[in-house]
Amino acid sequence: MSRVDVANVTKKFGHATALDDVSITFEDGGFFALLGPSGSGKTTLLRTIAGFYFPESGTIRIGEQNVEKVPVEKRDIGMMFQNYALFPNMTVADNVGFGLRVRKVPAAEEKRRIAEALELVQLGHLADRRPSQLSGGQRQRVALARAIVTNPRVLLLDEPLSALDKTLRVDMQIELKRIQREIGITTIFVTHDQEEALTLSDRIGILKDGRIVQAGPPREVYDRPVDAFAAGFLGEANWLPEAALPGLALPGAAAGRRFATRPEMLSISAQAPGEGRNAVKGRLLQRVFAGAMATCLVDVAGTQWKLVARDRDIPELPGGGEVWLSWDPSDTLAVPA
Amino acid sequence: MTRSPLVLLGRIWLALILVFLYAPILVMAAMSFNASPFYQLPFEFSTTWYAKMAGNQQIITAAIRSVLIACATTVVATVLGTAASVALFRYDFPGKRILQVLLFPPIAIPWLITGTAMLVFFFAVGIGRGTPAVLIGHVALALPYVIVTVSARLSSFDVTLEEAARSMGADAWTVLRRVTLPWIAPGVVAGALFAFAVSFDQFVVSYFLSEPGDSTLPVLIYTAIRKGFTPEINAISTIIVTVSMAVMFLATRYSKFGGSR
Repeated sequence: MSRVDVANVTKKFGHATALDDVSITFEDGGFFALLGPSGSGKTTLLRTIAGFYFPESGTIRIGEQNVEKVPVEKRDIGMMFQNYALFPNMTVADNVGFGLRVRKVPAAEEKRRIAEALELVQLGHLADRRPSQLSGGQRQRVALARAIVTNPRVLLLDEPLSALDKTLRVDMQIELKRIQREIGITTIFVTHDQEEALTLSDRIGILKDGRIVQAGPPREVYDRPVDAFAAGFLGEANWLPEAALPGLALPGAAAGRRFATRPEMLSISAQAPGEGRNAVKGRLLQRVFAGAMATCLVDVAGTQWKLVARDRDIPELPGGGEVWLSWDPSDTLAVPA
Repeated sequence: MTRSPLVLLGRIWLALILVFLYAPILVMAAMSFNASPFYQLPFEFSTTWYAKMAGNQQIITAAIRSVLIACATTVVATVLGTAASVALFRYDFPGKRILQVLLFPPIAIPWLITGTAMLVFFFAVGIGRGTPAVLIGHVALALPYVIVTVSARLSSFDVTLEEAARSMGADAWTVLRRVTLPWIAPGVVAGALFAFAVSFDQFVVSYFLSEPGDSTLPVLIYTAIRKGFTPEINAISTIIVTVSMAVMFLATRYSKFGGSR
């Protein structure tokens, strides 16, 4: 287990800059999610840390070792791929044991460690199967066991859950988190699914156009986004129209800044709310019932706002009628314009 | 099952094709077991011609020569072709497309033309006629077949398997040996069988490039027919047909393997 330091790394493909002077630290034993839209450079960053790409400039340290010029096979990492990349001609046990055999681990120890790794992912009973005989979730576990069996210094996950269906994905998230805690391995995880990033990681890095926009604990990034992109990418943001700003209690001066609220911070009512709350007037477009929760779409001075609340907390409202959306002034997000 | 006249017509058509394809071969095979040297009926079973053939030193020498050349061609063409396929698959370089397209004409160009061209070329560069020339010619003819079959298999190969192997610490050689080659093995086997067949059945190029006196089996048969047709030729031809068909049967079996797995 080691911490990973990326400093001033630039990576180009031809004329396109995939990583633009990226600096970021992944703490020892932490679970770090790299989040961003496609083309943001998150996968490039992961593959550069893995050693599939070599940066044009900058340094990468794993533990105490500078690795930016070390090829992938000598970096002592564990990696899990989006499609799992299990060897079809080998059994589950042989897949898991591949890295041990390459390292010439003695046969008895190899056997013991394969069994341990498979036990950790609860697949001990399927050791003799071929990958083609496994379900998607089982393949994913084999890939995880294979990535950690060599006790690598860092575990790299490239959208490992995106091929699974929704329910299985949630199960696997919990499982992944449990295993990561159990072995305490530094983990870097690429995803475009913000919910996954929030659920799994203890730190999140948001990327855009090859740069890190913001990095920090999920709650901090969610509650205090540094710019409009971070606010809109992690969670949803209802932007306050400029005309609505006078009369609202805002965190600091309005000049040069934009303000937003989160959908779950809002309350909706037919009458103007009482003192002490920020409120804007709008026209209810739609109310969508989704069991426990409900979503309301409201037109506020030409921009569409979204409210998410427990269905029972939303009063009966006349469709197409005038409504008030209100929130606690301390829940207002402020970013540089 | 309904039988429309069209279906019936189709079946007759198919039957005719098969008859035209295989009747001559079957007649030849039958005559190789007929005692009469002049193809006289009634058919009288005999293995005389096989015995005669086995005693004909010229035929035996030519047969051994053919097999040796085919084996050498197979080894060289398979190794070179597989390496070329992996390189074409893995790397992008200027002119790659052109190179890939250029693989096909040798399959389509008549062997007569290729053979003439090779003869002219080999004399121009000083290789001349002889076993090295035959070998080079056969390898050149077999190479596209190997590359096409191996590349077909490689096209379904998932490169992340190689990346996964490397991430677990495997060097390039281990990746090739443990991950890439096992995957393309059926394609390599099919390619090798094609290479063997191309060389073993090769007449034109062998005829042009071999020196008088050390001819391969097909060349020997041709010259024998020109001198006068004996049923011995039927016997050896029957053996060649059997071997070739067995090889082709194996090749299609393996290349089918390659497609479905």
